[in-house]
Amino acid sequence: MASNEETINQEPLDEAALNEEASRELAAMVAEAEQTSGATEQESDDDEPLSSPQSQAERAAVIEALIYVSDEPLSVKTIADVLKENKEVISEAVQALAEEFNGRNSGLQLREVAGGWQFATRPQYHEHVRALLKTRPSAKLSIASLETLAVIAYRQPVTVPEILEIRGVQSPSAIKTLLDKKLIVAKGRKETVGRPMMYGTSKDFLMQFGLKDLSELPSVEDFHDLSGGS
Amino acid sequence: MNADLMDDNTPKISEERAPLNVAGAVPHIVTDDTTDDLKILLGEFEGPLDLLLHLIRQEHVSIYDIPVAKITDEYLRYLRVMQEMDIAVAGDFLVMAATLIELKTKMLLPRDPTAPQEEEEDPRSELVNQLLEYQKYKAAAQMLWSRATVEQAVFKRAEIETDKNNPEVAVGLFDLLKVFQDILARHKEEKLLEIEREEISMAEMLERLRNMVMSSGELNLRVFFERARSRRELVLAFLSVLELVRTTEVKLFQRETFGDIVARVAS
Repeated sequence: MASNEETINQEPLDEAALNEEASRELAAMVAEAEQTSGATEQESDDDEPLSSPQSQAERAAVIEALIYVSDEPLSVKTIADVLKENKEVISEAVQALAEEFNGRNSGLQLREVAGGWQFATRPQYHEHVRALLKTRPSAKLSIASLETLAVIAYRQPVTVPEILEIRGVQSPSAIKTLLDKKLIVAKGRKETVGRPMMYGTSKDFLMQFGLKDLSELPSVEDFHDLSGGS
Repeated sequence: MNADLMDDNTPKISEERAPLNVAGAVPHIVTDDTTDDLKILLGEFEGPLDLLLHLIRQEHVSIYDIPVAKITDEYLRYLRVMQEMDIAVAGDFLVMAATLIELKTKMLLPRDPTAPQEEEEDPRSELVNQLLEYQKYKAAAQMLWSRATVEQAVFKRAEIETDKNNPEVAVGLFDLLKVFQDILARHKEEKLLEIEREEISMAEMLERLRNMVMSSGELNLRVFFERARSRRELVLAFLSVLELVRTTEVKLFQRETFGDIVARVAS
């Protein structure tokens, strides 16, 4: 017990010394590794092109790794740039990977959202995920905000007077809420009387509604018949 | 109770003692966290069009052949209930009331027999189109609601340390200011030979930046700032960068720490 206390007291000193020791040791290890491997690290520093993945399986594996480390949906173009491969090849590889991955029915899905690819949990396990993260679903948008958002999503770029015309009611607080939540962005002014500000949806909108792009929104004309009964 | 009220076609509004059940919904007072206002929620009606759609459904009439007199009465009754309850009726509801009354009058007037045939457009058509249009977006809002609900059950991976600490993904305001100051300092040393003043406006500057970024997909901000020929232009150039970043049209990147800042079209 006594010796234990002693070591704890000395910890600040020990830590500095240990760190120094560790860095010396690491430096030695690096030097050794460079000698044995023929200094591979230097080679890659010399702008030696990164070798493209050899096989299809390797390519899929690399893509999987890249998507995993991205905090935002990763676009095919970015992957293609990193791997120095043709966009079509990558696009096909990602599709195949997604098909294979999603076929596993694991807790994760590989999905396309906001113009990129992303790993995400499957919605059916949300209760367990929430139990772990100790979160509750965040507040939903009000009907007024959702209606305003729907008009903006389908009619963008659209001005406040144009939204009023469709909804038949003023929506300043809804627009403010949507701007605060970064679901919509100002898209410049319309060259008409009063030069009203035009609004459109943002990338965050696509992400929060799980959309690949705007074209994934069902056509507004299709709602014509559905709405009658509701 | 409510169904009785609605099916009852005789106008006896004044006898009713402020029924608390208005068009199928119980009004209640709500507070909004974002403002200090108290709001009176009269059911789920988001506006006059929403209320009209509800009344049309309630009366089981066709949207293409609205019995204007009947619907107008129902609509006005609703507004009167609001007033009886001492609720300030929102302006948009009153505008619709005026429109309905005007329509009702038009429908009552005999048609002008001497008027040319093609001018006999149904006076209701404008309102009908407005209702049909609104109905679509109301359904679209429902679709968005269910999408958002599903999406809230989907979790992405948590942030890892390098997301924030990576100089490649973030350029701070001070980095931007530093580039700006460098260029400003260099500008001071140069002698301006130009005499005529071509004042460029903020809008033009924004347009220039947009064009320069769009044409190549990305733009070194140093190049953009160096095009400015006066202090004023430089300030405008700087402001326009801030503006496009604010509107998320472009994103700023740095290839290495202390390197040039590059504007890229936000995808």
